[in-house]
Amino acid sequence: MTIAKKSVVWGLFAAGGTIAAFIFPALIALFLLIALGRVPEGLQFESIHQFATNGLGKIILFVVISLSLWHAAHRLRVVFHDFGVRQDKVVANAVYLVAVIGTVMTAFYLYTI
Amino acid sequence: MSRQPYVRPVSKTTWYMRNGRYKKYMLREVTCLLVAVYSLLAVSGLASLAGGAAQWNAFLASQQNPFMVGFHAAALIFFLVYMTFDWFKLAPKAMPVQLGEKKLEDRFIVIGHYAAWIVVTLVIFWFAGVI
Repeated sequence: MTIAKKSVVWGLFAAGGTIAAFIFPALIALFLLIALGRVPEGLQFESIHQFATNGLGKIILFVVISLSLWHAAHRLRVVFHDFGVRQDKVVANAVYLVAVIGTVMTAFYLYTI
Repeated sequence: MSRQPYVRPVSKTTWYMRNGRYKKYMLREVTCLLVAVYSLLAVSGLASLAGGAAQWNAFLASQQNPFMVGFHAAALIFFLVYMTFDWFKLAPKAMPVQLGEKKLEDRFIVIGHYAAWIVVTLVIFWFAGVI
């Protein structure tokens, strides 16, 4: 791989990790509130739908979800290796495929909202 | 070199159990499963949102059960300790800040990350209507 390509891959991975580290605790806390049946105002259909209809909202959702998917895929590949699975090509294809499908689905749903 | 070098047998699947540092490394590593779970949960939530109010409310209802309460609570603590706080701890090593001849002290970079994280969390909570 050329240095330029590597830096893009690394950059996206690091960006995804930063996003996950900063945003996911709040995201998990929101899911916890939902699970407790205390759905906050901003997650009621009207508000969240308005957020996802807004251009900036769409960009935020797309960047957060797609970079997190990419970050998770990249690290899952390493985790498989660490747990003794040495079929790296198969693992890499599988995890990156899921990340790509998730990204395409995210783009599609945001487009249709 | 001897003709029959001794190769210490190391388990491919349980190698990290021998050493506390390796165990911690693995605990950090597996947090990516949570990143994957919550990203995919977000995608499925987005799918319901695109399907309209009824589907979105069905998605919210499907998330309301004691198992998910336990899962989210455990995930939140595990994620904070082994992903977020560990990420901040390594930040000065990954992104050292050069100030002329000197380097910015590590602790300032770490404190900056915590401060930014608190602001980001408050902004999300404010947008979500939690606070």
